[in-house]
Amino acid sequence: MAGLDHGPAHVKEIEDPRIAIRNSRYGMFLFLIYLAFYAGFVGLNAFAPVQMESTPAFGLNLAILYGFALIIAAMILSLLYSWLCRGGSNPDGAKGP
Amino acid sequence: MIHDPSMLSVVVFAVFVAATLGLSFYFAAKTKSAAGYFAAGGQIHWFVNGVAFAGDYLSAASFLGICGMIAFYGYDGFLYSIGFLAGWVVALFVVAEPLKRLGKYTFADALNSQFQSRGITLSAGISTLVVSVFYLIPQMVGAGSLIQPLLGFPYWVGVVLVGVIVVLIVATAGMVSTTYVQFIKGGLLVLFSGILTLMILNRGLKVDTSELANSPQTLVMKSDGTKLANGRPQGKGEGQADLRPVGHLSKLPGGKTETGPLGPFEYLATLQQSEVVLWTKKEAVVNGEKTITWTPNPKSGANVLRPGNSPTFKGLQSESLMSRLNFISLMLALFCGTASLPHILIRYYTVKNQAAARLSTVVGIGTIGCFYVLTLFMGLGAMTSGSIDLTNDNMSAPLLAKSFGELLFAIISAIAFTTVLGTVSGLIVAASGAVVHDLLSSVLRWEMNDHEKVRIGKLAAVIVGAIAIGLGILFQKMNAGFLVGWAFSVAASANLPSLVMLLFWKGTTKQGISSAIIVGLFSSLGWILVSEDTFQKVYGFSADTAAKSAMVPFSQPGLVTIPLGFLTLIVVSLMTRKTAESQ
Repeated sequence: MAGLDHGPAHVKEIEDPRIAIRNSRYGMFLFLIYLAFYAGFVGLNAFAPVQMESTPAFGLNLAILYGFALIIAAMILSLLYSWLCRGGSNPDGAKGP
Repeated sequence: MIHDPSMLSVVVFAVFVAATLGLSFYFAAKTKSAAGYFAAGGQIHWFVNGVAFAGDYLSAASFLGICGMIAFYGYDGFLYSIGFLAGWVVALFVVAEPLKRLGKYTFADALNSQFQSRGITLSAGISTLVVSVFYLIPQMVGAGSLIQPLLGFPYWVGVVLVGVIVVLIVATAGMVSTTYVQFIKGGLLVLFSGILTLMILNRGLKVDTSELANSPQTLVMKSDGTKLANGRPQGKGEGQADLRPVGHLSKLPGGKTETGPLGPFEYLATLQQSEVVLWTKKEAVVNGEKTITWTPNPKSGANVLRPGNSPTFKGLQSESLMSRLNFISLMLALFCGTASLPHILIRYYTVKNQAAARLSTVVGIGTIGCFYVLTLFMGLGAMTSGSIDLTNDNMSAPLLAKSFGELLFAIISAIAFTTVLGTVSGLIVAASGAVVHDLLSSVLRWEMNDHEKVRIGKLAAVIVGAIAIGLGILFQKMNAGFLVGWAFSVAASANLPSLVMLLFWKGTTKQGISSAIIVGLFSSLGWILVSEDTFQKVYGFSADTAAKSAMVPFSQPGLVTIPLGFLTLIVVSLMTRKTAESQ
């Protein structure tokens, strides 16, 4: 099995600062999108809980649909971020293209 | 309730624990250096690390606590699932890559990367220790709850057993064995939760109108220690009685008595149109004799599937502003807490580079997200299939599995137990890393070679394990999910402001970081200690007295103490900027 030779720590990576800044910008942009979505959920529950009982689609109430949407959105945004940040270092250790 | 252990459960449990320990001893031979012990040498593959993230994160709180809360109160438990997952967005988009870039072994490394300040190391080390111990409590509570039906031992035996096994794991191979235990356990937990959900959907929903299912139940605890269950001495023998497991539907839409197999959306939509029997608990103490009565309380499915049924969130259905602020405060802490948990943060040091840190977080989010979707089905499945132990909400998921057969119960319980083992292992590695690397080596300047660091780290693991055992026994009656909410609040208040400001504000000074950690840590701890929830659930006050005694307007501290951490950092940094510049 590769990766089980736990000797000295792996040599510290030195990443191109431009790539780090680029990734940080993408991360912040996607974070703000998700934050707004999450804040909407918390705000609705706190100040308009009756709205969460409405049944907009699939016979399910807004509380469940919004909850599922938040979970799925986190997965989709994480994949999008991973795609946007492609390039740079290779996750398996060697320098990337 | 008294649970009878079965031989099959004991065998499956023994196999899981033996495999976990075997894996641990195997890796022990490979771990020679401090880097290997505390950070697995930075050589874990990103996919393994991603699933191990899930293993670390899906603790007793997620599996036992959330499922239990959903089974008892409906949708409210799912709010924890949503908040716990949302926190990973902060971890991925804000923290993952910079943390990997800045640190080596511990959270303090990253904060201290440009300052080399003993003050930062001391405050971050203390914070890591406190948060780890706080997070350990619900894990031990989960372990104790599980061991009763599984092996028939008393609660405290379960807590001690977990403590001893985990200390053995951690004291042998550290982060390497912890990572692989987490990888296997995380994968198995999601897989078997999926299987359990498929079985729930295949069974569908059924009405139970029997007199027994709809009768109130009582438990009397006499001053001499004896107990009466439903009017008879509690026990399984002749002339004795025990509390019955509960949870059923009283009506299905269209007057049906059974639905047959249902799709996932169909299951939820049908439940929404049904009538569910929840149970109302009342306690009375007369002359030292405590009587608990549970009364069936039919509610519409639409009501059960909206927020506001549990004691934690009941204020959402009232006009109380403080209750709403309490809810916002908890959801803020869940959102900010994940990226502040020491045992999650140190996992970023076990991979090779920032790309691997990013990818492992993506894998973690996928795995954890799938699991949290399943919690809703498992919780509602327990709620509607007679799988609720009225005396212990943490038992709902294992008892749900038992309703499908002894083998599934044995496997699910063993996985849940391994879940606790894995999470506790991760926490103890984080805590021992803070003791050795931050407090002893950096703050007290102890001269230690690699071998000594590992040896003292193992000793620290034993001590932290012993503390966790004691606290686990003390907090027996509390919901694991609720307890984790506190750990998130403390972690978010103490750690997140420093981490975020260090990354995004150039004016941050070392004094600002130290002050923010200390203020965030102690303000959140203090807030919790004088809150209504603590007066009632920890100090044992009645609800009315707890409300009158509370010194803070709502129980969850995050809404006040997280901004307080940021404010402290900004003010202190501005005040000390000139000193920092002159240096």
